[in-house]
Amino acid sequence: MDSPYVHSEARSAASSQHSPSRHDSEPGEDPQPGSSRLKPAAKLTLMRYFQDLQDADIPPSPVLPRFHTGRLPNSKAGDGKPRLLLMGQRRSGKSSISSVVFHKLPPSETLYLETTTRIKKESMHSFMDFQVWDFPGHLDYFDPAFDVDNIFDEIGALIWVIDAQDEYLDAIMRLNTTILNLQHSYPNINVEVFVHKVDGLSEDYKSDTFRDIIQRVQDELSDAGYENAPVSFYQTSIYDHSIFEAFSKVIQKLIPQLPTLESLLDSLCVNCRIEKAYLFDVLSKIYIATDTAPTDIGSYEICSDYIDVVVDVSEIYGWDRPAENGQLEDADINETGNNDAESLITMERKGNNYLYLREINKYLALICLMGNDSPAEKKALIDYNVGVFQEALAQVFPRGEK
Amino acid sequence: MNTGKRQKQRKVLLMGKSGAGKSSMRSIVFSNYVAKDVRRLGATIDVEHSNIKFMGNLMLNLWDCGGQDGFVENYLTHQRNHVFGSVAVLIFVFDIESREFQADVVSYSNIIRALEECSPQAKVFCLIHKMDLVQARLRAQLFEERVDYIRSASEGFKHTVDFFPTSIWDQSLYKAWTQIIYFLIPNAATIENLLQQLAEVIDARELILYERTTCLMVTHVTRGLEAQNPFTDRFERISSILKTHKQSMAKHTGIPAGNANFAEMQIKTGRFMFFITRLTENTNLAASIPPSEQVFNAARVNILLARPKFAELDIANKPRPGIQQAFAHSVESEGLPNETDFKGKGKEPSIGAEGSTFGA
Repeated sequence: MDSPYVHSEARSAASSQHSPSRHDSEPGEDPQPGSSRLKPAAKLTLMRYFQDLQDADIPPSPVLPRFHTGRLPNSKAGDGKPRLLLMGQRRSGKSSISSVVFHKLPPSETLYLETTTRIKKESMHSFMDFQVWDFPGHLDYFDPAFDVDNIFDEIGALIWVIDAQDEYLDAIMRLNTTILNLQHSYPNINVEVFVHKVDGLSEDYKSDTFRDIIQRVQDELSDAGYENAPVSFYQTSIYDHSIFEAFSKVIQKLIPQLPTLESLLDSLCVNCRIEKAYLFDVLSKIYIATDTAPTDIGSYEICSDYIDVVVDVSEIYGWDRPAENGQLEDADINETGNNDAESLITMERKGNNYLYLREINKYLALICLMGNDSPAEKKALIDYNVGVFQEALAQVFPRGEK
Repeated sequence: MNTGKRQKQRKVLLMGKSGAGKSSMRSIVFSNYVAKDVRRLGATIDVEHSNIKFMGNLMLNLWDCGGQDGFVENYLTHQRNHVFGSVAVLIFVFDIESREFQADVVSYSNIIRALEECSPQAKVFCLIHKMDLVQARLRAQLFEERVDYIRSASEGFKHTVDFFPTSIWDQSLYKAWTQIIYFLIPNAATIENLLQQLAEVIDARELILYERTTCLMVTHVTRGLEAQNPFTDRFERISSILKTHKQSMAKHTGIPAGNANFAEMQIKTGRFMFFITRLTENTNLAASIPPSEQVFNAARVNILLARPKFAELDIANKPRPGIQQAFAHSVESEGLPNETDFKGKGKEPSIGAEGSTFGA
């Protein structure tokens, strides 16, 4: 395949020229009444979006979504809103997870969350729309009175939360019953098991518990005659970044364009000597794709903290200035030629390494950890290549470019 | 390094009841602790001295005085002159949740009396600490009540004592310490002057001068419309953003937190451009400028050229001939010209003339 990226520095002078007016007028989608606090930030280029838009619609895409797992998506045709189900025993931490990840609640305050008594549905409105359903733990959803079809019909992933600090045998039993029940009618559901609250366990005990849970689930399933069940396991905690990392991986499985994104990122990394590149959803700080080089949680955390810095500073200085000599402002923007936020940090003690952030569209930002042999002087080249990447992404995700 | 320079020692006393949060505060501001790390701290025995180099020539001689009654008794009697002699600043920490507030104030009065006797020129700051434990709507009222009460017990410092509500869980701590530091800096006015000129030359909306290790603001210059920025607490917020980022970088790169400084940070958006870069050995300069690539590049070069001037200030003890021209005009420049082009170009702001007035 012919790479669209530039290799030599010769053409780097032709740094990216984007239509300057793209973000000038943020259309439609007025902020909710309750969001007045976010107003200054909402008007930034580095756009914060609003999660609680219930009926956001999907732009028609010429390409039918195909899921990279090779299985057909478990959803009705035409409805591209994958649903994530959070299930598990009561007090295993389901609501805490959804509050921390999707509502930015400080982890320490999840202590005061009340017990969930009915299904809580939340819509995430982002690069792709998905719904998160938080289930009360005590519910018996295979009760005949329950509309099972209605619940499981469209889900993309079932997230089962197990409290690693508690007795988990019951939880595993219920998990297996659920998997076996679902197996017949909805064989395409991804089951993701979060072994949760691992922060309180010692290192040894943590991995023992984790292995034990995996073993038990798999044994019981194969005893019941269900081999190779599509179940994945993650160790999570809301007190560090592991929950975000786990969610990232769950959501990545639901993105049909993932292989394309990965190969785009790979090719970008090779051409710009980037050590690691992440495509982040800015608000939730979930990464929807990364290059195929091995990931470690450390580099994810650096990037995620870096987003915080950029968003916070943007909030402080991106306030709505009264039109200061109108024309002049416009002239400035034209001259800049690039209205997307970008940022970079060079460290004093880290040689040539630096961090690079570039806003890709309304929801996504590209963050790169630069390699040693990619000095900051070559930034023009990187800018250009990222511009190319941005255009490619616009074709993959028609969303966000309005 | 210029070893011959005379350093200005300032003695700072940190006092208050045992458990009020003195050492926690000190660890967060000066030792790169995060708020939740302070749980690990034990009781302070007697006095813990620390010397903190600030802005090159200012040496903070911080006395963290253990607050248990026995120690305080000792400070007031045997060590009276030793502890309270030649104090520049006394920082007294009150715990808002304290059950014996009256007793705290009695002890405060004793200390104030000793201070008045030994160093009457000192400045007193009272921090009403752990404000996060009070319900948000009651905070302002409770704070006022305490302030009135404490002020009435402040004896000779009644009219000069300053009060701040603080908490280690938000930026109020930085706000208070910024004020304290500002008071201690010997040549603040000169620095401000110079910054103001720099801001005009590079057409910055705002310039903020930070101390590198503590991320405390030294001073800032705000021009034009930026004064209307709705985020009036932005300086403290930036302090705490930078501090958090520093800790995150330290954690993931394995560099000790004290050294995890960035050489430069840039943020460019369609509404503003922002960058932080090193100014002198101990300070960072944050600049917010209009969104224009030209202004941005010119500003960077100009700040680079202004560095020696500020470095001079760091050592400002004996009058020196001012360094000729530090700035050039940003509007006339395009892109990133080389440095020699810059010198002698544009209107010279009268820095050179002023240089001779910086004195000890």
